[in-house]
Amino acid sequence: MESIGVLMTCPPNFPYLVEELEKRFTLYKLQNAPDKTHFINSHKNSIRAVVGNAGFGADAELIDQLPKLEIVSSFSVGLDKVDLPKCKEKRIRVTNTPDVLTNDVADLAIGLMLAVLRRLCESDRYVRSGKWKKGDYKLTTKFTGKSVGIIGLGRIGMAIATRAEAFSCPISYYARTEKPDVKYRYYPSVIELAANCQILVVACALTEETHHIVNREVMNALGPKGVLINIGRGPHVDEPELVSALLEGRLGGAGLDVFEDEPNVPEPLFGLENVVLLPHVGSGTVETRKAMADLVVGNLEAHFFKKPLLTPVV
Amino acid sequence: MENKDHNQNHQSEDLPQVLLLKPTPVMAVLGEHQFSSNKYQFLKAWESPLPLCQFLTKYANSIQAILCSGAASVTDDLLQLLPSVRLVVAASAGTNHIDLMACCRRGISVTNAGNVFSDDGADAAVGLLFDILRKISAADRYVRQGLWVKKGDYALGSKKKTFVSYPFYSNICELAADSDALIICCALTDQTRHMINKEVLSALGKEGVIVNIGRGAIIDEKELVRCLVEGEIAGAGLDVFEKEPDIPKQLLELENVVLSPHNAVFTPESFLALSELVVGNLEAFFSNLPLLSPVMDE
Repeated sequence: MESIGVLMTCPPNFPYLVEELEKRFTLYKLQNAPDKTHFINSHKNSIRAVVGNAGFGADAELIDQLPKLEIVSSFSVGLDKVDLPKCKEKRIRVTNTPDVLTNDVADLAIGLMLAVLRRLCESDRYVRSGKWKKGDYKLTTKFTGKSVGIIGLGRIGMAIATRAEAFSCPISYYARTEKPDVKYRYYPSVIELAANCQILVVACALTEETHHIVNREVMNALGPKGVLINIGRGPHVDEPELVSALLEGRLGGAGLDVFEDEPNVPEPLFGLENVVLLPHVGSGTVETRKAMADLVVGNLEAHFFKKPLLTPVV
Repeated sequence: MENKDHNQNHQSEDLPQVLLLKPTPVMAVLGEHQFSSNKYQFLKAWESPLPLCQFLTKYANSIQAILCSGAASVTDDLLQLLPSVRLVVAASAGTNHIDLMACCRRGISVTNAGNVFSDDGADAAVGLLFDILRKISAADRYVRQGLWVKKGDYALGSKKKTFVSYPFYSNICELAADSDALIICCALTDQTRHMINKEVLSALGKEGVIVNIGRGAIIDEKELVRCLVEGEIAGAGLDVFEKEPDIPKQLLELENVVLSPHNAVFTPESFLALSELVVGNLEAFFSNLPLLSPVMDE
């Protein structure tokens, strides 16, 4: 299979994934190329697969430049960086990495809730700076029993709900349609959900419809005591509006793992103690990344050996 | 100054007195009015110009209860000076600052925070665990210091184990050996002092983490610091320390440690619930009704 060319559009940062791909295919690392257009042009006839991630996928322009492209295997569950309609049109298969990262992302959502409400990072800073010697830290606010509203009740949303239930949190959700066998309360709009919960979590896929699904009105409805948790995609939230809502106290706090223009994070957020900022580490554990890599490689192998794909989306 | 003492003397003829040796955090935050009742009044030792011994001798006959927190120990010597005390109310879950044996000998009841701190304490323990395993505070620092832009993606976090049931272990070393994370939430007693020692930490191992929301002295702190610095355990989440607020300097520099200033239960909800419980216990006591949260001898 060494003659099969695979183009990696994301940075080749995870050695295990790179090694496993290089064992089986000829791997072209786009991020290392000084002239990307030239690079693609030189290898276009041998590239039959693309491997991308949450940040770098396969847009229409790239797909058009790769005449031999058969499959896009994303090292992520989110596929907002892959032009799915275009892939459908050209009969290009698309796979992602569902399920294996569900627990880690859901864990992180709860971790962010605890970190924001109980001011864990700020407390840690308080101790390290020596301020504790001058006096006790102020009161924070209880997490157990707070109402949690989830935007999107897919695998990750459900996993978050299950965890929050263990903390006696009443759960409600918004989804495109109400889910029949679900015991949680459904709200037909995000604004109503936000008005009726204290912690709002974004856990849906990023599509044209969900772009800026958390906008100024939603943040105002969530309110000065409300907390927004985003473990979805940066563009789910109107980021400039988020910054001003936090600075003006119209929104109580935020726990963010994703941003509109990673790795750039709006600097006005750095000084806020009611905010926790993480560098997109939702699925960032050793085990999960390995399992994701195994799925990427497994899907590619299945395709080229003409076996059923493991986790196809298109 | 004389006036104040005279006033207190005058009041003592009306209502039974509850002694406060030092301010308690919960009263400092919520205000004394939150604890007021028509069944008792507070006697605040620190407001008197008299030296403590004299003060206690003066009011010995009218002090029937003591309200205390960790800052002021209730020792046998103290109880010796206050023969009318029949109740000690701890404004905390922990009672390690109270000589329970002396109270028992003297027929003095003790109450504590009962269950009002359980949710917040547990939330904090889980929060510290998440923080240490998924490096939440460290990653937050990374972003705020501009390193995500400068250095790129943050290093991967750590292992987790699927959890099935709650097996009981009678030996703490065995528990540590079989666990990825050890969470300390027991009382500090003579038996548990430095219970987490070199042997236990060694059993926990290079990939194990420890979370302490109990009391600092349950862990041999020197040994803990050495293990963290030398990589013999993977990390720690600590809300309590042996000599608060002094923290061993090495801890302040470690990335694999999360520190909080003994505030695991410091939420308005817990404090309000505690104030209600304190008042409830005192009122029950002075009405000869059963106490709400008596501490039982184990």
